[in-house]
Order: sequence, then C-alpha cells, then structure tokens
Amino acid sequence: MSLTYLDAIREAQAHALRDDPRVFIYGQDVGDFGGAFKATKNLAKEFPGRVLDSPISEDAMVGLAVGAAIEGMRPIIEMQFADFSTVGFNQIVNQAATLFWRTGVSCPITVRLPFGGTSGGGPFHSQCIEAIYAHYPGVIVLTPATVEDAYSMLLEAVALDDPVVFCEHKFLYRHLKAEKLPSEALPIGKARIAREGRDLTVVTYSAMVHEALEAATELSGEGWEIEVVDLRSVKPLDTDTIMASVARTGKLLCVGEAWPWGGVTAEIIARVASEGYGLLDAAPQRLNAKDTPVPYHPNLWTAHRPTAVSVAEAARKILRQ
Amino acid sequence: MLQPVTEPQLAAFRLMLRARLLDDKFAALYRAGKIHGGVFLGRGQEALSVSVGLSLRKGDVFAPLIRDAAGRLAFGETILDAVRTYLGSSLGPMRGRDGNVHRGRPRDGLLPMISHLGAMISVVNGMLFAHRLKKISGTVGAACLGDGATSTGAFHEALNQAAVEKLPLLMVVADNQFAYSTPTSRQFACDELVDKAAGYGVGAHSVDATDLTACLKVVGTAAARARAGEGPQLIVAKLLRLCGHGEHDDASYIPPEMKNSTLGRDCLKVAEEYLLQQKWTDAATLATWRSEAIREIEDAVAQAQREPGPDPFAEKWNAIASEHLNETHPQ
Repeated sequence: MSLTYLDAIREAQAHALRDDPRVFIYGQDVGDFGGAFKATKNLAKEFPGRVLDSPISEDAMVGLAVGAAIEGMRPIIEMQFADFSTVGFNQIVNQAATLFWRTGVSCPITVRLPFGGTSGGGPFHSQCIEAIYAHYPGVIVLTPATVEDAYSMLLEAVALDDPVVFCEHKFLYRHLKAEKLPSEALPIGKARIAREGRDLTVVTYSAMVHEALEAATELSGEGWEIEVVDLRSVKPLDTDTIMASVARTGKLLCVGEAWPWGGVTAEIIARVASEGYGLLDAAPQRLNAKDTPVPYHPNLWTAHRPTAVSVAEAARKILRQ
Repeated sequence: MLQPVTEPQLAAFRLMLRARLLDDKFAALYRAGKIHGGVFLGRGQEALSVSVGLSLRKGDVFAPLIRDAAGRLAFGETILDAVRTYLGSSLGPMRGRDGNVHRGRPRDGLLPMISHLGAMISVVNGMLFAHRLKKISGTVGAACLGDGATSTGAFHEALNQAAVEKLPLLMVVADNQFAYSTPTSRQFACDELVDKAAGYGVGAHSVDATDLTACLKVVGTAAARARAGEGPQLIVAKLLRLCGHGEHDDASYIPPEMKNSTLGRDCLKVAEEYLLQQKWTDAATLATWRSEAIREIEDAVAQAQREPGPDPFAEKWNAIASEHLNETHPQ
C-alpha cells in the first residue's frame, strides 16, 4: 500500500472525526463532492452531518468555527485555496487569534490552507502566505513537508487548544508517497534534520525541503555536505535546532517559496544574526520567490520560485567564500 | 396606593433607567479623565436594547454592540463587570487586556465584540450551529448592529450563512441615522434596510425604537419565531442617536430638525410618561429606583477604583493556550 500526502490529510481528518465527536469539517465543496482536491473524499458519507458544504463566505466560515469552538467543538475549516483565506483573514487574526488572550477562553480551530505553487496555478491559486499569519500573536502556523508530518501534525493541530493555520502544499499532494502512516511523530514546535551535513545549513520548510534535499544530493557530488533543516512549524519556530545546526556548519542559507519582503526566511536570519552571530563564518543568506505575483506560464513559474538548481547555486556562493 | 402590576414594560423600564444612569456615570468619569480610551453610550437606544436582552434566556447567545448597556443588563451582565472593564480593573472579565465595550463572558453566551463591524454575527451563528450539533434545541442568538455595519461583507456573509443553515439568529439593526458622521444616504440606497430581508430569505420586522412597548412586542415576536424554528429574523429599528459616536464626538453633524422630530424622542422619557399615564407606577417609585441604581453604580465605581490595575511584571505575556508552544523573544 502506498499513501500520498493528500491521503494522509484525508486519513488524519477521518481519524479525528472517528475519535472525537467534537470535530466537524466545514468548507466549500467538502461534502458529497469530497473537496476541490478530494481531501474529504467519502467523509460526508462516513460521518453524516459532520462534513458540511459552506457558502462561498470565507469570513463567515471562520467566524462560525470560532463560535463553535467557544461551544467546545473542534472545527476544521477547509479553504479551497490558501489565497482565498485573505477573505477570512479578519476572523482568523482578529477574532480567533485574540479570543484566548482577551477572555481566557481557548479557540481550538484548524484552518486548512492548500497553498504553494503548482505549474499553471497563476497569481491567485499559488500563494504562500504563512508569514502573514505567523506575524499575528495567537496563531500557530504549520508547514508539513512529508506524508508522515501531514498526518501527524494535522491530528495534533486538531487536538491543540489554539487556532492553527495548517499550510498543506498542493505541489506535494500527489508527488509524495509513503508506505504507511506513522504511529509516532516529533511534536509540533520541533524542527527535523532532514539531512545531516557539516559545510552549510539550509533551513527551509514545506515543498522547498525537497528542492533543498535535491540540491544537497547534487552538491555532495561536488564534495560538499549540506545539512537540511525542515522547520515543520514556522510558528513556533524551533530556534534551538537551527542554532545548533549553524553551530556545526558555520554557514546559513534560508529558503522559502514565499515572497522575499519580511517573512519566515528574514525572521530566521534575524534570529541567527542577533543570537548566534559568533557561530557564523559567512554572512547568512536567503533565497525566496521573486517579488512579483506568481506567474501562470511554466517558463515563468519555474524561474519565479526557488528550485533545486537555484538552491544549489545560492549554496555554492556561500560555500566558496 | 398603587395596585401591584407585572406589566413587562415596568421591568424593562427599570433596566433602561439603570443603563442610562450607568452610561451617565461613564460619561462623567470620562470628562474627569478617569477612563483610558473611549466611552460609547447607548443614549436613545435603551428601549430597543433592553427588548433584545429580555427576549433572551439563559443558554442563549448575545453579541451586543457599543450601545447595548441596557440589553447587557437584561441578559445578566453585572454593573460591576461593566465598571471594572471601563476602569481597567485586573479583577474584571477582561483584566485590563481589553476595555470599555469590548467585554463579555463567552462561556455565559455573552460575546466580547471585536471592533470590526459585522464580525460577531458569524460567531453567533457558530454557537447556534454547535447547539444543533450537540442536539441542544430551543436556543436563539442575537447580534446587534448599527446601520453602518449593514454595508460590510461580514454582514452579508453571516446573514446569508444563517439563512442557509436556518439558524435561530436575531439580527438587530439599530438604524440611528448616522454611522459615526456618515448619514444613511451615503450608506445604502434601498428605501428601507428591512427590505433586504427578502433578498436573504429571512423574517422581516420593523419597529419604532423610541417606543418601548412596540420594541418589546416586535423583538419578542421575532425571538419567538426564531425559537420556533422559523430561521433568522432581521429586525430594523429606527431611532436617533442622542449622543456622539463616542464621548469624544459632539455630533454637530446631526441637524436640529432631526433632533426635534419624533425620531429624536428620548425612549426613556417616552416610556416613563407612558408608565405614569397608565398608572402602573408613580413618581415616588421611580425616584426610589433611580436612587437605588445610583447607589449600586457608585458602589461599583468605588470598588473598582480601589482594585489594582494589571501589573505588567506579573502579566502572562502569552497569546496562546498551549503554553509549551509560546515563543519568547529578547526584550
């Protein structure tokens, strides 16, 4: 049997629905149709009355989830694309994210964001907007890079007492496969060393982990050993694991598919520069998408976001210093 | 000697009076520089607001807006909760983390509004939706708005959502002619806001908000229909705001002829005259109610003023419930 990243997300939701009567799923086309990406396939049939189509109203979808959470439920909201979550942005960052701090009443909602670029997606079906959510206090932002993490982190997200923005990468949905679902996993908040190395630390997350691993394989042929850190969660950020890796390698490259201004890569560089300056043998660098909307045509798209080729090139520049 | 009467207007009036006196106290404290941040009064809106609060029961949901002191008291909020929040007491429900009208107790069904208008409606929907999933029946939820909030996307999304799910939602719009300074002519172009109900497929109710008896009847009817499973009910109440948007605003944009029209009547005075005219009460009783309310308010203010404000060194600077996931940053 082999399971995809998308299967893992479906299985995690089935598991949560089966184990916890407080869980329900609400989103556009998630009911009988099974979701735009089939992440809720057959769940409406298996769990009658608990997997429900919503109107195209991202604001009201999240607001409803917050109200249900106050009443003790554990809603999962599916945004059809991460890009559309900006319509529900206010409810996520101002309603859900402030509730616990203002009132002491927790807000356990999980908002699933199918995000990131796929060829042909274009400007409004490709965005990586994890950083704007991570910017707000009161939100946990997860970015699983593997089938195993997609499963275990989604289950843990539903169990957490806080609003979770769960960024699941569309490019990984069908590309990644695993033999079985994990029975144990690293907890949320811990980064993972995806590949060990001594010459350079590449810190990245989600689909870019795989580009970084491919770059590392290529660079090993040139005699360089690259360490790849998979953040898993961008908020909280596992600064300890990053710092320990930089202590071993002395060099840092941060890679993100999101836009360059601010964001996760900038945050990591800021932390390493201020808290681990003495660990660095070279100026820390970062590689992001270009500062334009995400292009539609594959010729432009592959040049817009970082790839194994551009990661390897950025790494060489640091390694040659 | 008065005969004992149990007309609902009496209990409602007493709550309106308490709300008005509480608002007056907040205005006085504001002018004396005793309140940090804004002060928002419900002057002129008490008849509508109290009717909403009285139409709700324990187990229902209430999302008041900025002019709902009367409805809050009717729903069960204490004067002390209100005073502690305005004065920033660390013993209040918001512990100095939020202030003034941004107060509530979500577990008791009283939602603390965020400032983004229309945003509380879908949260009420969610609580009602959860009641359905938990097989709790017979509850309703009320969300209060002004005319300005009907222009938001959140209003549209949430009213449509409630209609699709046929939730027992009371959408109460206080059409007080101005959203801050903007007149309704710059807010919407339909003849009457209540006409929008047909477009959403929800019940429609209009009422003169200066008339307590009418408010109790119309809001009560709407609540009963929602409770009976007839789906969302839109109530549009007409009135004039008898104060500024907040106490910082002199409301000089309100034309005098509007203030002198029937729309500009003070619902509290109208109700008082009516109760006396009906001989349901007398001036001496009203004077007693007034002095009792003043005493209660003064006691609450005196108590809250003696209480400690929040201590930044003892504060848990933690926005998430999962403490093990809290990030700490060098200061």
